[in-house]
Amino acid sequence: MVTVSLDITGAAGSRSFIEAANPEHPSLLDPTHQMDALFGVVNIPNIVWIDEEGMIVRPAEPGWPGARQEMPKGILSSLPKMGRAPNAPQAPEGADPRNAIGTGQDRSTYHEAIRDWVSNGAASAYVLSADEVIARSQPRSISKSEGAAHFELANHLWRNDQRDLALVHFNEANRLQPDNWTYKRQAWSLVGSERAGGDYGKFVQGPLVGEEDSWPFDSDFWSDVSAVPSGEYYPKTL
Amino acid sequence: MASRSFFGNANPIIASPILEQSCWTPHRSSHCHADTSRSKRHHSTRIAIVCGHCYFASVILESLDIDAEQFGAATGWVIKPEGACKGDVCVPLDKSNGFNLRSTAERLRMATVHDEKAGLWALGPESLGDRALVSAVAPELILNDLNGKEFRLSSLRGQKVVIVSWAPY
Repeated sequence: MVTVSLDITGAAGSRSFIEAANPEHPSLLDPTHQMDALFGVVNIPNIVWIDEEGMIVRPAEPGWPGARQEMPKGILSSLPKMGRAPNAPQAPEGADPRNAIGTGQDRSTYHEAIRDWVSNGAASAYVLSADEVIARSQPRSISKSEGAAHFELANHLWRNDQRDLALVHFNEANRLQPDNWTYKRQAWSLVGSERAGGDYGKFVQGPLVGEEDSWPFDSDFWSDVSAVPSGEYYPKTL
Repeated sequence: MASRSFFGNANPIIASPILEQSCWTPHRSSHCHADTSRSKRHHSTRIAIVCGHCYFASVILESLDIDAEQFGAATGWVIKPEGACKGDVCVPLDKSNGFNLRSTAERLRMATVHDEKAGLWALGPESLGDRALVSAVAPELILNDLNGKEFRLSSLRGQKVVIVSWAPY
């Protein structure tokens, strides 16, 4: 297993998590989101399977080690109250963002598929042909390539303290790749963490109440995820 | 492994004009070397990486005047006599006038975006076949760990690999 952290801040943002996990496997930093461009990752967690010959046998898809998910203690109570981006799309009536996140891929059984592949290799029912791997990888039009190019610029400019220029490109990346949650959450998190501060500020991915008008993005996490139909935030692929 | 030929869209639409570039990467591999003469020639503060085995998905450029070797190092698309090749896919190129970034990017359906104020260009990934993957051959992935030690995905050849993407946000 190889883990890859898709975060622009590199070691600064990921070190505490990696050291707490103390992994024996390679644990890597991907500040420019290479996984998106190279493998079609659009959300986290996302898993890619590669066989002994270096062939992808399952393209990027949502996956978990098990159903048990725990937030760090005190995280929710520590977060400030959040508002909505003024330009965010209105969520459908009755939309529940927790439903969008909690549906789709089965968290409790995904690891069993990996174990089946480890035991049975190419004979595993979960192994896909090369053509299926390509066909099941993320859609990518020329406009999505353009969105990726904007994200590259945004990422580079942000890391070089050209913040205002970077924000323009983050917004363009989000407009052109509306289904790419690593791009969107990265951008929202950068500004949200600045405003909220604290250990868990990166989980603030929208404007604080009272600061909505100065939120530099066209949407925010809770607004966007509320607009996602059930099962589509983590699409079921197994 | 036999190469597949991929013609893609015969009339690709490029969403933004292609102009200038030079290559930047945060990674400095011991197997790669920086061609400083090129950097000086382009008046670049970043380094043009010259390395036939490195693949960098994030391509920030200051000049379009890069050669085929730099293009291959930056994008993973190696320019060969049969065309631009990645994994088991080769896309024929018109090289009658030598390597040309503009036409190569169009052929591979890579978008380019320019920031005039910053004086930078970004080259997006290929969008052949309207899918993220054009081949099931795993691309090279070169990333550092917490200690700055470089890791290459290809070093795990011969083992099953599960790559788990996560983020602290």
